[in-house]
Amino acid sequence: MSVAENTSQSAGATARIGSYLKAHLREYGLLFALIAIMAFFQIVTGGTLLRPINLTNLLLQNSYIVIMALGMLVVIVAGHIDLSVGSVMGFVGALAAVMIVNYEMSIIVTMLTCVVVGAIIGGAQGYWIAYWKIPSFIVTLAGMLVFRGLSLWLLEGQSVGPFPREFQVIATGFVPDILPGGEAFKGLFAVRNFNVLAFATGIVAAGWVVWSGLRQRAQNKAYGIEDEPRAFFVARIAIIALALIFILYKLATFRGLPNVLLTMGVLTIIYAFITERTVLGRRIYALGGNEKAAKLSGIKTERLTFLAFVNMGMLAAIAGLVFAARLNTATPKAGFALELDVIAAVFIGGASMSGGVGKIVGAVVGAFLMGVLNNGMSLMGIGIDYQQMIKGLVLLAAVIFDVYNKKKG
Amino acid sequence: MQDTLLEMRSITKTFPGVKALDDVSLKVRTGEIHAICGENGAGKSTLMKVLSGVYPAGSYDGEIHYDGALAQFRDISDSEARGIIIIHQELALVPLLSIAENLFLGNENAKGGVIDWRETNQRTETLLRKVGLRDAPTTLVEKLGVGKQQLVEIAKALAKDVRLLILDEPTSALSESDSQALLDLMLELKAQGMTQIIISHKLNEVRRIADTVTVIRDGHSVSSFAASEGITEDRIVRDMVGRSMENRYPPRTPRIGERIMRVSDWSVAHPEHADRQVIRNVGFDVRAGEVVGIAGLMGAGRTELAMSIFGQSWGQNITGTVEMHGKPVDVSDVGRAIKAGLAYVTEDRKSLGLILDDTITRNITLANLPEVARASVLNDHAETEVAEKYRKDLGIRTPGVFQKVVNLSGGNQQKVVLSKWLFVGPEVLILDEPTRGIDVGAKYEIYGLINDLAAAGKGVVMISSEMPELLGMCDRVYVMNEGAFVGEMPASEASQERIMSLIVNE
Repeated sequence: MSVAENTSQSAGATARIGSYLKAHLREYGLLFALIAIMAFFQIVTGGTLLRPINLTNLLLQNSYIVIMALGMLVVIVAGHIDLSVGSVMGFVGALAAVMIVNYEMSIIVTMLTCVVVGAIIGGAQGYWIAYWKIPSFIVTLAGMLVFRGLSLWLLEGQSVGPFPREFQVIATGFVPDILPGGEAFKGLFAVRNFNVLAFATGIVAAGWVVWSGLRQRAQNKAYGIEDEPRAFFVARIAIIALALIFILYKLATFRGLPNVLLTMGVLTIIYAFITERTVLGRRIYALGGNEKAAKLSGIKTERLTFLAFVNMGMLAAIAGLVFAARLNTATPKAGFALELDVIAAVFIGGASMSGGVGKIVGAVVGAFLMGVLNNGMSLMGIGIDYQQMIKGLVLLAAVIFDVYNKKKG
Repeated sequence: MQDTLLEMRSITKTFPGVKALDDVSLKVRTGEIHAICGENGAGKSTLMKVLSGVYPAGSYDGEIHYDGALAQFRDISDSEARGIIIIHQELALVPLLSIAENLFLGNENAKGGVIDWRETNQRTETLLRKVGLRDAPTTLVEKLGVGKQQLVEIAKALAKDVRLLILDEPTSALSESDSQALLDLMLELKAQGMTQIIISHKLNEVRRIADTVTVIRDGHSVSSFAASEGITEDRIVRDMVGRSMENRYPPRTPRIGERIMRVSDWSVAHPEHADRQVIRNVGFDVRAGEVVGIAGLMGAGRTELAMSIFGQSWGQNITGTVEMHGKPVDVSDVGRAIKAGLAYVTEDRKSLGLILDDTITRNITLANLPEVARASVLNDHAETEVAEKYRKDLGIRTPGVFQKVVNLSGGNQQKVVLSKWLFVGPEVLILDEPTRGIDVGAKYEIYGLINDLAAAGKGVVMISSEMPELLGMCDRVYVMNEGAFVGEMPASEASQERIMSLIVNE
């Protein structure tokens, strides 16, 4: 009797875990895919992937993709697409180069101007899309050509550089270690360098992940909507927290926190907060989910669409500054075909082509997944031909997985 | 040749939960014009879908005898091959193709995949002459008016060797003279021996051309009579609406207060065709605690009226005033209309009312997000409480408010839409077909909710194509036809016959 009861109970629990996994396969899948790919490359590259210097490089290389993916996620959630971001990024980099190198204008003024120009470019495209209902694919395809041409014109076909040191640091600089105790840690971990600030940031971030996870779980339990099995919760939170500590520990043993990581991290937190926690964010999801219903609910759908593109332009400008600073030169080719990497990152991160679905964190993980693939394959010495093919297939697989999941669910 | 071309015997068609057709019979003699009359939702279209094979043999009970033999159509092409062709209310022409291309679409005059344009154009000219059109075969269909397009549809049917031509509300979109031309053509085709079925609300037209009339009501064939017995509009109307009024509506003692809302001289043009006036000088008012009905047939302009008032969500060149408590208010966008105290519950909840992939909670709070936010930051707790409150108040049956609305039944979805609009705290609610597509039990609950709203002192405007519903629920009824109000009466003086005759007599 009691044996039978026990069996049926555990069978029920298994079924519950099974159905939960099925419902959340996508989120776990993305995380595990990233871990699996990193583990794979870590092994086949003989540990090169996770070396502090390579990890730092990985972050720097993908920073501009991540920054633009934030804006692209918003655009795609709103039900649109932006093909012009690569060109806009290149154009803004060219503008910065001409202002700083050719006209010797101040860096602050240049950066502010560039961000404003980015916003205006986004607005100019968003205007046609939002108020004239011209498909975003067409408008931004036109933008892609126009701004590619403008970069060429602005740079007169030449590369312009180099930038002064003060400008380069936005992409290649590191946050100085303001915390004491570096020497003690060096001894403790037996390493040559140790940046306490970076390590502390990792600890704080991990602590925040644990705290907010627990808080969310407690809240959900209070509403009776918590369905994530405890083991899953613990495993998920532990993996994320340990990964944060691990990565920042590695960075600490190299040169510390890259400025770009800080920019990227702050922007990611801001955009995650806006999209998930605010009225504005909710309205963007509603707009993408059902534009007509949103409009009939009093949401100013046109203005929201317009703003999504203004925002995209702004982020493309920031990415352009970072990119130019990292390369230390502005070339007419900068940002070529980059829009495709950005869009791919957002879709790999789980956004839906039809709008209304997708998360900032997903887009960021998607961007890093592509980044690790690039980096890992380059380390292995795989040719660019194979790299392209593999990246294409990964994108296709991710989207097929989404569609298949949706059909079954 | 058979005397009877078509006989449908005891057709019964059941959808999950609804019996759309119950033991319906129809007998069409060779060479006659047979009219089918009935209210919206009576089952006319379903019957024609059974006939044409949209619902294939086996998915219904009963038998179809066509041309002297038992017919079991598998799909539309099957019935078309036997000469049964339906021309639907919404024309199925491709606007950017020429008349000739449309006539032979799917039926091209081709040899080995190459179209013979000379033959196509010649045959087109012959066919056009038959229906009295003088336009060139190469004219693009979009250049033609609706009346001529209707004739092209008939020519298209003729191109396919039609033996039984079925016209579903052919004149509903036509002007008076175009209608006359169409009816003349029907009589001419009849003289040539063609059998035709016409579905129409316009009883004067039915009287003019029909040899036999069959009336369908609530999925039953009520009566069938020949012209020789005398077709009168009175008799058709009586048969169309003559159902017994059961106690299907919860009782309410109206406590009607002062006037809340008044709309005057409201005129609206079609959003794409500025010269087409869709709403003409409409005026009405709503009092506190009152349920006001707007009766009319589909296409009368009721939804267009409601949506144009609610934030100019439909149409262009909108003129007229909306007053709340005697003061004119700005309703130029949805946000302002909500602020003025209005709410509009759409007739099309799936595409206009809900975000199907979102949760119940998110749908309910959508129109009033600032109420559950502090400094623009959403408060999950407050949001959930709001959703829980409406779940209890309106009896939304769901495992939890975090369910996606796509998983709910029609009735529960409608309650979510109602909750959304109650949460904005309106003074006047415009409910557009609030019980469309929901089962009888849920209908009764919705009626109860409407009564509660009125009891709470709100004004309710109810648009419905089901006249018994309006008579059962409303205190006062306006009758709308072709974009204008053609009558107003207190519910005590209203009857379905009176409303119907106001509509059909224009």
